[in-house]
Amino acid sequence: MTAPPDEAAIVCRALTKRYGSVVALDALDLEVPAGSVFGFLGPNGAGKTTTLRLLTSLVQATGGTAALAGVPVGEGEPNRRGLFGYLDQDPRFHGWMTPRELLDLVGRLYGMSATERLSRIDESLETVGLTDASRRPIATLSGGMRQRLGVAQAILNRPPIVLLDEPVSSLDPEGRVDMLEVIRRLGGSSTVLFSTHILTDVERVCDRVAILDHGRLVTTGLMAELLDRYARPIYRVEPEDGQLDAFARLTESLRAASFVTHVTESSAGLRVAVSEAPNAGRDLLAMVAAHGVALLVFERQRPTLEDVFLQLVGRRAHEPEAAA
Amino acid sequence: MIGLGSMLRKELLEQWRTRRVLVVAVVFTAIGIGSPLLARYTPELVKALAGDQFQIVVPPPTAADAVSQFLKNLGQAGVLTAILLAMGSVAVEKERGTAALLLTKPVSRGAFLLAKLLAIAATLLVGLLLGAIGGYYYTLILFEALPPLGWAAMAGLLLVALVAYASLTFLGSVLSRSSLAAAAIGIGAMVVLAIVSALPSVGAFTPGGLDAPGAALAVGKDPGSVLGPLLVNLAGVATVFWIAWLAFRRQEL
Repeated sequence: MTAPPDEAAIVCRALTKRYGSVVALDALDLEVPAGSVFGFLGPNGAGKTTTLRLLTSLVQATGGTAALAGVPVGEGEPNRRGLFGYLDQDPRFHGWMTPRELLDLVGRLYGMSATERLSRIDESLETVGLTDASRRPIATLSGGMRQRLGVAQAILNRPPIVLLDEPVSSLDPEGRVDMLEVIRRLGGSSTVLFSTHILTDVERVCDRVAILDHGRLVTTGLMAELLDRYARPIYRVEPEDGQLDAFARLTESLRAASFVTHVTESSAGLRVAVSEAPNAGRDLLAMVAAHGVALLVFERQRPTLEDVFLQLVGRRAHEPEAAA
Repeated sequence: MIGLGSMLRKELLEQWRTRRVLVVAVVFTAIGIGSPLLARYTPELVKALAGDQFQIVVPPPTAADAVSQFLKNLGQAGVLTAILLAMGSVAVEKERGTAALLLTKPVSRGAFLLAKLLAIAATLLVGLLLGAIGGYYYTLILFEALPPLGWAAMAGLLLVALVAYASLTFLGSVLSRSSLAAAAIGIGAMVVLAIVSALPSVGAFTPGGLDAPGAALAVGKDPGSVLGPLLVNLAGVATVFWIAWLAFRRQEL
């Protein structure tokens, strides 16, 4: 049932979800090409989880349509669910089961034979690095281990489409790298729709992205295209030590400057996004000089997805916001 | 009913692992053994407590008293056990998110529900089987031998009654996201049915109305019309399940 390459594995047309007066998802039009690892980006409450839950039929759409591998959502249930694997953003399991028992149940629900179940369970546990804990009650597993188990159950039947909602949010840095590698490897054989608000994860594994904000699709496309289309020149400005007041005044002035689109502060100084004005670099340096700030670093950097995100959404991805 | 076999296997395993079967078995066995004991020794206990100051005339206890005690105890502790078993069955899975995990797999919502109700019925069956065996044995020791088939028929009617109470709580568990709300619905239904069972024309068709024919069967007497009330109760369970399915099939998880 895998859609041929270049065909859309996931299609949403004017997909809408309202909860009373709250519009969680507003007429989403989206196509996810078969075989891609697709990053679904947005701040908290943007509508990412709602979209994934609509695709899995856990919630019903208020309007519009969606299809996975050409099969409309809501048709051919529950057999349609063999087309996708799904990981919830907060995966919950029966604590009395062991990971192996859970995967055995999932394998049975997918109609796998005993031999097939045995080999797939071993393979999935190995893939997510959970073999050693496979016979422990799930209630005794850490949050990260449960998230790994969530990925294992989502890929057990090697589905053509894998829907992952925040799949690395509970993992430690090492586990995060491992899991991102698992997701990257899934691409090609499966279509992966991967929701997150951690932009560096998307940059690491995704070839395409969609950015959602307040339930609306802001943009979608190949990662490189988006960087070309939206990213503005970025300058990193790092002062010498001991110039707190002067640097604070410079920061204020930069925020008010017409050629500056965004200023983000960090311990390493400022990241200043400027408009396309050809003289922006020179004007920036002139402002630095006018405030008498001595610099340690002044460099033009390659724009990142975060810069695109900030440009389009206008705030940090991890900024708290009401959940959808 | 896609996925029913796998889900039933999981539910039965859950009843075992979470020791619900064990608890129900202990409660029902205690009722089974304790009821004839209570029937046999209550008159002597009453006499001993009264002392020499009062003269209480208590007729000698019979096997029918043991049966009556058994039915009364199961009508209270047994029904409460059935309610406790069913109250969290669906509500807890919805609240914890485990229902969402399973219902993104190829399993129908009907199969999801039916597996749970069947597992509850199976647990009650195991408990009732042990309770009935214990009750029969102690009645035999303390009183007399009763017809085993009649005793088994009584246990069968009791099972239907307990499943009927469990199914009403189960419906509450489907309709709400809280075990307590489900229990309240179950207990409310128990109270309403207890009131209805006192009505002369319809009382025989309530779950509690199965007690009288059950008692008659246990002591080898004519139970009167039992098929009608039995079928009404079975149809009631099926109807309640159907309503639960109608409510659950469109619920958002």
